[in-house]
Amino acid sequence: MNNSGILQFDTTWGGWRLRMTPFRAVLAGMAGLFVLLAAFRLLTGLGASTNLSDQWPWGLWIGVDLTAVALAGAGYSMCVMSHVLHIDDFHGISRRGMLISLLGYVFVLLTLILEIGRWDNAYTPFLSWGHASPLFEVVIAVSIYMAIQVVEFSEVATEKIFHSANRYVQLLLPAAFIIGAILPFGHQASLGAIYLLMKGRLHPLWWSDMLPWFFLATSFYAGPAMVVLEAIGSAKCFGQEVEMRILTRLARIAAAIMGVYFVAKLLDLARLGQLQGLGAGSFEVPMFLGEMVICTALPAALAFSPWGKTKKGLFIFSLLSIAGVVLNRVNVVFTGMYRAIGSGYSPSLVEWGITLGLLAAVILAYLFVVENFNIFNRQH
Amino acid sequence: MNGSNAVLVDLTQCVGCGSCTVACKLWNGKPYDKGAPATGLHPVADHSNWTTLTQRKAEKDGAPAWRFVKAQCMHCEEPACVSSCMSKAMRKTEQGPVVYRPDLCAGCRYCMMACPFEVPKYEWGKVIPSVSKCQMCSTRLAHGRSPACTDACPTGALRFGRRQELLGIAHDKLKTGRYVNKVYGEREAGGTSWLYISDIPFGQLGFKANVTSESLPAIAEHYMRKTPALLLGGAALFMGLSKLIQRKKAVAAAEEGKREQ
Repeated sequence: MNNSGILQFDTTWGGWRLRMTPFRAVLAGMAGLFVLLAAFRLLTGLGASTNLSDQWPWGLWIGVDLTAVALAGAGYSMCVMSHVLHIDDFHGISRRGMLISLLGYVFVLLTLILEIGRWDNAYTPFLSWGHASPLFEVVIAVSIYMAIQVVEFSEVATEKIFHSANRYVQLLLPAAFIIGAILPFGHQASLGAIYLLMKGRLHPLWWSDMLPWFFLATSFYAGPAMVVLEAIGSAKCFGQEVEMRILTRLARIAAAIMGVYFVAKLLDLARLGQLQGLGAGSFEVPMFLGEMVICTALPAALAFSPWGKTKKGLFIFSLLSIAGVVLNRVNVVFTGMYRAIGSGYSPSLVEWGITLGLLAAVILAYLFVVENFNIFNRQH
Repeated sequence: MNGSNAVLVDLTQCVGCGSCTVACKLWNGKPYDKGAPATGLHPVADHSNWTTLTQRKAEKDGAPAWRFVKAQCMHCEEPACVSSCMSKAMRKTEQGPVVYRPDLCAGCRYCMMACPFEVPKYEWGKVIPSVSKCQMCSTRLAHGRSPACTDACPTGALRFGRRQELLGIAHDKLKTGRYVNKVYGEREAGGTSWLYISDIPFGQLGFKANVTSESLPAIAEHYMRKTPALLLGGAALFMGLSKLIQRKKAVAAAEEGKREQ
């Protein structure tokens, strides 16, 4: 046991491992800042705490939410591969995907509560169904899915606490895995469908009636990419090695979907007569090419090359493809809307503080969970 | 809903008095804000101004010409804001107005993003804010009266009536040849309850030119209608696949076991 102060300790307390390092202390400080800024936001309103305006009613937090839900696709894509298709290789790592996903959705939910202007009215969609709205489908599906995620995590939790409940959780699991595998297809696509209504406003390099399916495809491959990154990271931090063969297989599944997505997106641009838009010298083009060539085609090729069998190659693959998904959502929310709106927006310090502080809290939560629950060494 | 109420704005008859903006503020109890004028060269469309009147310098027959453009919610026949709302806080009434219910609003501001005319505004300064936009004086309409702005117009530039009737009048006026051959709002966003005619091209007067003539809600609904079936079908498929693969694996394992014996 190493107890050398408040910024550095590693102790067990009542069966729980508690670790503090200077890095974690910084995260804890940021998480504390999040609590203060969130209170400030709730007490003063959106106008006082953000740079949002009538021109830019959606800003950083919506961009972050769309991105986080996509990256949290780790839960459902791993669930599909592990519990529906029963790919044995992925059984041992499916819990990592589930955890990334759970924390991602908690992050999104907390951001959303601060993002909506009327948090006191957050329940209204459940009573007054705006069933024509893609956002309604997102809200309902995400709510149900979060309940499913709680059931999925209960399996892990009851291995450590409330052992007797594990039996009952096991009864719920088969249904939870099926719903948890299919439901996110709905809301991941519906997140793209939100922008269907922005026809004429969202730049034609991104607007398409296929947008829901593109959001779905990108979120599906974001999952494995996140798990590969997490596996490489946790191997370094916790010495929890995952077989390279499994990671390569996972990356290549993601890369295959990326390849299909890349081709489909080009065909779709051709169908809508927008290919010549790529020749225009506008600022949208490099943003689009960055997303599609550097962060989609390139990592997909990398995964299938011999580098796809090395740790370094997979690390670069996962970073690039995750950057591609982030860039895609950023382009839809900001780049593609800029021309229609005609003025600029840059997030306020409170907006950045809340987002980064909450991210720090989520990373702390991840570290606590992997050190206290059986996420890595799943015996099946 | 071609029998619904509408307003025809004849831009050639507006003298820019601004009575409509005053009547709007008085009837709806909107505050006057010095920093957010409702009229002039640069009026500010915000939560306090449900209608603005912009003075625009254009050109006609080679000579400069001034025109005054009233702007407010267009009250679409098929409003994107209504279909965007997840809690039905926006509603298109039988009588024509697109109205907002703050008690149902969760403040997601999707309506502001979805509106092709960028009409809904937000009460950014409030801790508990609402969306804010022209209601076409729906409570006056319910009592058989016309919107406050049209009542106040001294020149007849704003004409209140049935949409179909007003479209007829507008096209009759276009036949005189004194106008640009277009009724703005006839097809924009699938048709709107506010219609404009002008003697100067609409683009020069700040009207949005690239508004789609498709019904925006139809695009989203086309997608939405498919999802329940896809999700249920997907769930059935996944359940079947899962069982099938499990069974295949069990059989394979059993055969493996036999071979070893």
